[in-house]
Amino acid sequence: MEINIFLQNFADILDDTDAILIKQETVFRDLEEWDSLTALSLIAMADEEYSVKLTGDDIKSSTSLNDIFEIIKNKA
Amino acid sequence: MKANIKAISYYLPEAILSNDLINQEFPEWDIEKISSKTGINSRHISADDEFSSDMAVKVAEKLFVEHNIDKSTIDFLLFCTQSPDYFLPTTACIIQERLGLNTSIGALDFNLGCSGFVYGLSLAKGLIAGGMAKNVLLITSETYSKFIHPKDKSNKTIFGDAAAATLISSEAGFCSIGNFVFGTDGKGAENLIVKQGGMRFPVLSDNEDISDEFGNVRNDKNLFMNGTEIFNFTGEFVPRLTEAILEKSNLTKDNIDLFIFHQANKYMLNHLRKKIKIPEEKFFLAMQHCGNTVSSTIPIALYEAQKQGRLENCYNLILAGFGVGYSWAACNIIIE
Repeated sequence: MEINIFLQNFADILDDTDAILIKQETVFRDLEEWDSLTALSLIAMADEEYSVKLTGDDIKSSTSLNDIFEIIKNKA
Repeated sequence: MKANIKAISYYLPEAILSNDLINQEFPEWDIEKISSKTGINSRHISADDEFSSDMAVKVAEKLFVEHNIDKSTIDFLLFCTQSPDYFLPTTACIIQERLGLNTSIGALDFNLGCSGFVYGLSLAKGLIAGGMAKNVLLITSETYSKFIHPKDKSNKTIFGDAAAATLISSEAGFCSIGNFVFGTDGKGAENLIVKQGGMRFPVLSDNEDISDEFGNVRNDKNLFMNGTEIFNFTGEFVPRLTEAILEKSNLTKDNIDLFIFHQANKYMLNHLRKKIKIPEEKFFLAMQHCGNTVSSTIPIALYEAQKQGRLENCYNLILAGFGVGYSWAACNIIIE
């Protein structure tokens, strides 16, 4: 599992955010586009791309995109 | 004995909560974008003095007129709601009197949400197959808007109020009711709940509003939905539910002409559709004009599918409801 592909997958679920802002250290909660539907999109992406069930608590306990990446990697 | 769906009507309250109105209340929100994902453009909201029984009476009267039904033939009333008028008496008894149905009928309420319509069909079929009734009136009626905090934009965007009336009969109808599969997992109770107002937790006068991580405001007498958990629950169980009903009915996905799932929201349904690998043209959506109306979404979708000519050349359909409880159920129906 590659971080760059994960970051690309995350950028793909966003509509209005410049992909250049999507980095390992990005605090996803601070993105203007982040809302409850984006959270569902992230869960759907983890399921579709990695067959991983990401929970609301996984997201809550994460700060950066790298944190999410690590959780998915450990569950994959 | 076969049980058939003979007629369906639905009722939407007069007041409309449009995207524009939501945007006025929450200007920071890009409702058009949200709407394009949820697939919902407007929701109908019951009046302050309009309750599930009132909507039930209106929708049943609509059914009698629209389909020319003699109400004296009805011998059982099943009423599905989670927003009853009272703890007691049973709302179905009040509806019997207001509709002028025979006093010789059986009538009962059952408390289920998004799975309620399919459960209602199973109870109706059981009553007919057991020779206990010939014409069962199934009414689903829900006013979730009264549970939702005025500042809870997520739930306000998703849910709308509605009622649907369905006549299930031993006589021929537009389709017959086939097999059922059910599921229940109370582990999910806390993820979709109105905590206060029952016996365990009476409504407190000094409830404190709390704001979640996405800025939705609510307190414990309001509807709470843990969106991410519900999303994961459906992702896990609905594909299995679909497999189970196909197996029980000796059918394959290719045999099914149309799938009608509980109309939760377009985003979630499309995720499920892709996961189950149902082609888009076999997957019916009907929530744009009324939102997620809980137990009425499936009869509304069935009604709209018929009206829009989507049932022509259709033979096998799958209906599936899933949500609060957790509770889920699916059945197949056959258009003859």
